[in-house]
Amino acid sequence: MITNEHIPQNVNTIINDLEPRAFGRIGKLWVAVLVGFSLIGLFFYIQQVRQGLGITAMRDYSTWGIYVSNFVFFVAISLVGSLISAILKLSKAKWADPLTRIAEMIAVAAIIFAAIVIIIDMGRPDRFYNVIIHARIQSPITWDVIVITTYLFISLLLLYLPLIPDLAILRKRPERLSKWQNNLYGWLSMNWKDLPVQKNILNKSISILAVIIIPVAFGIHTVTSWLFATTFRPGWDSTNFGPYFVSGAFMVGAATVIAAMYVFRKAYKLENYIHLKHFDYMGRLLVLLSLIYLYFNINEYFIPAYKMKTSEVEHLKELFIGRHAQLFWAVQILGMIVPIVVLIFKRGRRPLPLLVISIMVIVGAWFKRFLIVVPSLAHPLIPTNRVDPTWLNYFPTIPEWFITIGTLCGALLIITMLVRVFPIIPISETIEEMNARQNKKL
Amino acid sequence: MDKSDNNRRSFIKKAGLAGLLTGSTWVASDAFQSNQIEKSGKTVQLLSQDGELVEVDEAFLKPIPDIHISPEEAREGIEGRKFVMVIDLAQCKNLRKCHDACEKMHYLSPEKEWLKVLKMQDNELAEPYWQPTMCFHCDQPPCVKVCPVDATFKRSDGIVLIDNERCIGCRFCMVACPYSARTFDWSEPQIPLEIAEMPYSPETSCPPKKGTVSKCDFCPDKTRKGELPPCVTACPNGVFYFGDENEDAVSNGSVTVKLSTLLADRAGYRYMEDLGTKPRVYYLPPVNRAFPFEDDEYTRTQNEGHDH
Repeated sequence: MITNEHIPQNVNTIINDLEPRAFGRIGKLWVAVLVGFSLIGLFFYIQQVRQGLGITAMRDYSTWGIYVSNFVFFVAISLVGSLISAILKLSKAKWADPLTRIAEMIAVAAIIFAAIVIIIDMGRPDRFYNVIIHARIQSPITWDVIVITTYLFISLLLLYLPLIPDLAILRKRPERLSKWQNNLYGWLSMNWKDLPVQKNILNKSISILAVIIIPVAFGIHTVTSWLFATTFRPGWDSTNFGPYFVSGAFMVGAATVIAAMYVFRKAYKLENYIHLKHFDYMGRLLVLLSLIYLYFNINEYFIPAYKMKTSEVEHLKELFIGRHAQLFWAVQILGMIVPIVVLIFKRGRRPLPLLVISIMVIVGAWFKRFLIVVPSLAHPLIPTNRVDPTWLNYFPTIPEWFITIGTLCGALLIITMLVRVFPIIPISETIEEMNARQNKKL
Repeated sequence: MDKSDNNRRSFIKKAGLAGLLTGSTWVASDAFQSNQIEKSGKTVQLLSQDGELVEVDEAFLKPIPDIHISPEEAREGIEGRKFVMVIDLAQCKNLRKCHDACEKMHYLSPEKEWLKVLKMQDNELAEPYWQPTMCFHCDQPPCVKVCPVDATFKRSDGIVLIDNERCIGCRFCMVACPYSARTFDWSEPQIPLEIAEMPYSPETSCPPKKGTVSKCDFCPDKTRKGELPPCVTACPNGVFYFGDENEDAVSNGSVTVKLSTLLADRAGYRYMEDLGTKPRVYYLPPVNRAFPFEDDEYTRTQNEGHDH
């Protein structure tokens, strides 16, 4: 591959390049936009708390809407933390090391907003504590609360632990830090001295967490799929749902990391740290994950379509040729087939085309979750000849859209703030790798 | 129905179901022990604990007072009971009196249909029929299984109830119920002030609360008083039979019959038996119908082709 990328040769350059930087003009504008949309979302949510879920388009038959599909989307995105910092790390794919922090930041932001979104969907958020004090272990919701909480804490640790040496390094140069940074880094780096015994404990802890997080990651999305698969509804009554959800989650998670690394590379001039090689490899990974997802999609749609069971017919027709057909085929083709075709070619895996494809995958993934959650509920198992037709033609209201946009902006805001405060690329690992390379040369 | 049914019918009418449903025990023993009460001269027949008919002066019958059953108490079923319903589809002509009575009894707004009369058609050649459908109070209730906070629960008397002071409004139960029996208060319920100020009981499902789930409760507040649910008594065609599986008796307000015989003789079945939910509501097939099927304006115009 022809590149003009350099590999940094000097510790100071590395620290200078990677230390967190204040926002420029575009950065400030970006934050303002995100804060603005988050506040609009909050405004509508306050209306919703006052007036009830009646301000949404959800009604007795379409009883779950975009809040639930958005929840599934956030849980899906969060799986990327385990993909990059656990699965790739344990398989000794060293190339992915610079991406671990990006992945963990996305994971933490997504899982926090998954929790927020599901509370937004509750009719009685004021009784959230009942989920803990009256918890019933038979309910998949209780399982979800347990695994999501566990996943949040492991993700926070996987974000935090590798940060400790970095923060200690940054703290050695107090003249470049503002006061709050100095205090925060001092507090968070917990007197890190870079001693071998400390390194040993840290590396062991990270390795143990990397192993633990894999089953938990599978758990969060499998359990999330069971919120649907444990019911009798057409389209949900499937034994394929767990792997179908998990594979889709890894795919959209990988796409999110690609989009993030493209933006950070440009915004923070990280060409020397995030190389074309990274785009190429992430592109290959995305093809692999998309092919796995395609495989589960075939299972998910072809088999019921082959049998055409009475309860499934209306639902499948609506997806394939009916009301949702345009969206369905757009999502399947633009969000899955086209990415596979484009990314098979090396030129498709260059940064810009890869970014475009990743955005297609992310947008497709959001609408895919809409198509999983919403159409099924329009086909209850009982005849609908007496039902108000608007109950079966769910389309989100303005408050629902703004609340949902608010949550998406909120998650981006968390990522943006994390990037403002902490180094995007792990500094100490980059230095270690440089030292290892130089030792090899000698 | 045979002769013995007719005998029982007359007794049921007189005792207003007090004997059948709420423990003839206390009524009878009270009557025999008391000397102060002035006899009215009119007597009614009651079923004694041993299953014998006894004659008691009407003066000894006391109306059972309204008692408030708290959410905690409502978790226990009525002792010794196993409530059950049988719906005779051959008799239903979509008068919807059951629906109206239910709506009135529970102060339901029109969109909250705890009792729906569905137009059913089993296949293209079969004649359509009307099917009153409500919560089936399943013995394997999928809704109870998925509730994360034990807000909906199964009682020893077979009834599935909701505690709307605990419900968090996640609506998982609504999605899990294959019969779409559950409704949700999406906004502040529009109810008379005196109802809104009533002390809440899961047995009356009143008052409703914003952001919580509700559904047919089999009216345990009525059965405690020895009365039949209003849907049963409102039906002029005697479509609904309500009773106790332990006693093996159900009544539609005018006739009381043996549950086991009724279901065996008339090929009683349960809706979507294959789902394994074990409903406590049985249907008698719409054969030898009392009325020809007549479509109504509403279903003619709505969702053509959605019947299955």
